Amino acid sequence: MDSKNRLFDSYVKMVEIRAFEEKVANEYPKGNMRTPTHLGIGQEAVAVGVISEREPADVIFSHHRCHNHFLAAGGSMYSLFAELLGRVDGCSGGRGGSVHLVDRGVNFLGTSPILTQAVAFATGAAFAFNFRKEPRAAIVFFGDAAFEEGTMWESFNFSVLNKLPVLFVCENNLYSTESSLEKRVPQNTSFTEKARAFGMFASTCDGNNVEEVAKQSRNAFKHIRAGLGPYLLECLTYRTREHVGPNFDYDLQRNYRSKEEIQKWMTKCPIINSGEILMQVYGFTEIELLSINKRASEEIERAFNLAEKSPFPSLESHFDHLYGV
Amino acid sequence: MNFMRKITYAQAISEATCLIMESDPNVVLMGIGMDYSSGVFGTTSEAFNKFGAERVIDTPAMENALTGIAIGSATVGIKPILVHARNDFMFLALDQLLNVSSKWNYMFNGNAGTLPIINRAIIGRGWGQGATHSQSIQSVLAHFPGLRVVMPSNPADAKGMLLSAWRSSDPIVIFEHRSLFNIEGEVEEGMALTDLGSSKVVHEGGDLTIVATSVCVHESLLIALSLKALGVSVEVIDLRSIQPIDRSTILESVKKTGRLLIYDTSWVNFGVGAEIAAIVAETDDMNLKSPIVRVGQLGVPAPVSKPLEDQHYPTYESVLAIVQRMMARKITETKSIPPITTGFQGPY
Repeated sequence: MDSKNRLFDSYVKMVEIRAFEEKVANEYPKGNMRTPTHLGIGQEAVAVGVISEREPADVIFSHHRCHNHFLAAGGSMYSLFAELLGRVDGCSGGRGGSVHLVDRGVNFLGTSPILTQAVAFATGAAFAFNFRKEPRAAIVFFGDAAFEEGTMWESFNFSVLNKLPVLFVCENNLYSTESSLEKRVPQNTSFTEKARAFGMFASTCDGNNVEEVAKQSRNAFKHIRAGLGPYLLECLTYRTREHVGPNFDYDLQRNYRSKEEIQKWMTKCPIINSGEILMQVYGFTEIELLSINKRASEEIERAFNLAEKSPFPSLESHFDHLYGV
Repeated sequence: MNFMRKITYAQAISEATCLIMESDPNVVLMGIGMDYSSGVFGTTSEAFNKFGAERVIDTPAMENALTGIAIGSATVGIKPILVHARNDFMFLALDQLLNVSSKWNYMFNGNAGTLPIINRAIIGRGWGQGATHSQSIQSVLAHFPGLRVVMPSNPADAKGMLLSAWRSSDPIVIFEHRSLFNIEGEVEEGMALTDLGSSKVVHEGGDLTIVATSVCVHESLLIALSLKALGVSVEVIDLRSIQPIDRSTILESVKKTGRLLIYDTSWVNFGVGAEIAAIVAETDDMNLKSPIVRVGQLGVPAPVSKPLEDQHYPTYESVLAIVQRMMARKITETKSIPPITTGFQGPY
């Protein structure tokens, strides 16, 4: 695929994801989505850039801020809306909520909100691929605070030791809940350098530039598929909404980051920026791009309205799936 | 005449492991010390010799990540057996074990598949193993819905429960008591399964029920045999499965005897005995003839110094004194039975 079509496809995907999350933000205050929700608005380029470069057989795991990854992987909007609404057609039957998403049909194998749990899952799936000599890779998304957990380093060590085909993708958005990086790691800490100290290949990229993320992901997958072991891609990005919930921090008088800082990052919006490139470099018109927005909104309204019609799980199902066989 | 062969508890585990690994190429054995010549008390050596380092993997010390790795591998079809040579090290794995594996099937509504992960965890006792090497954390784990927790007390069940765990689609923790590895028992050849959710009456009696776990089953049997000679008829139930717990076998026995003593490997507070006592207390028409008694480790971390350690665990004499009180009659006993750990020369 040429770079024009590649960027166009990424743009469409990012617009869909953004529109989805904005719909969630709008619906959330109504109280029908009774599940703590971590919106990925502002971070779409990481999900789309990485996942656009995976092979369909590669598997994906993610953390609490996982809607972007679920949708970028091809998970259905309907089943995600239904999940957020606690309905039986939700991807986890309404049982899991916003942070427990799965769609095995697109090799999106699970998400979990406790930091680094999913890092170990991906390491395990990669172990399985190596063990069975299958040419597949595992991908996991996590935030910068994951580097504060011990399981991170256990997984790094094990994956390098065994040359496992896993792509670790850090979405470094500078904040863990309301704690800035400065409060959590010594000055001049580089996660990329830390990974390199483990003997891992690692690079840093502009996580708001979808072409850049995709390019570095291509390199990473090439490295992984050559049997050279795991790769850390650290993507520098930013979430514009509050940690959990639909609001802007400044509207709630939270002062851990300033309105100016948030607005500065909003000008680095991955969608606006790639839209500019599509128009200036590849000759798309504003009307063409707006029609993408319109189509996405319509699709989302359809999916949401349908999801609202999905029933709640039956009370008789309360104990289902506690044990298998 | 049918002659059933006898093998040790450790051999039974080894045999089951090899049977599973022969039948199922997706099974891997992982943990610290899998390939040592000592082979986790002789339970992993045969598997290592047969299947090699690719499937019997000596891992770095990384209990929590390893459990997560087992989970991730299980999502794509691997059936891992994790071994913790001391269950105390499993505390490091509890995030993945309890926060994830026990919930996976339920919280994704079955859509993320099941996690058939076997966790073998060994309980220590005696020889000055002390506070952090002789705990017994079954009740902690059994608290969490979705996990299976079992404690085989004999070679046949050690083999049978491991085989059944492999057949099951659920994550399971199998507690093996260090004191059991050398005991012998009759074990069937081949795929001889033991049911995962049921208890077993191992000695019938009408006066008093002892529900025992793991190594305490053996001590309870010795007590039952001695008391039989002294005119007290004790029923011993090998609990075997902690979660799920076999309520009906317990209730049926206690309805018959009217007296219940629970003898567990751990502390009594918030323990297996508390759960069983509650089950009985919540049931109508039990007509107990004596208050329920729980027996276990004294409620302190296990001390190393020998006199204190000796006092830390129940003895034949101390349990006998309890039975005497429960029966409200004097029992004249002259002999003494040494604890099951006696004779072990260490080191663990």
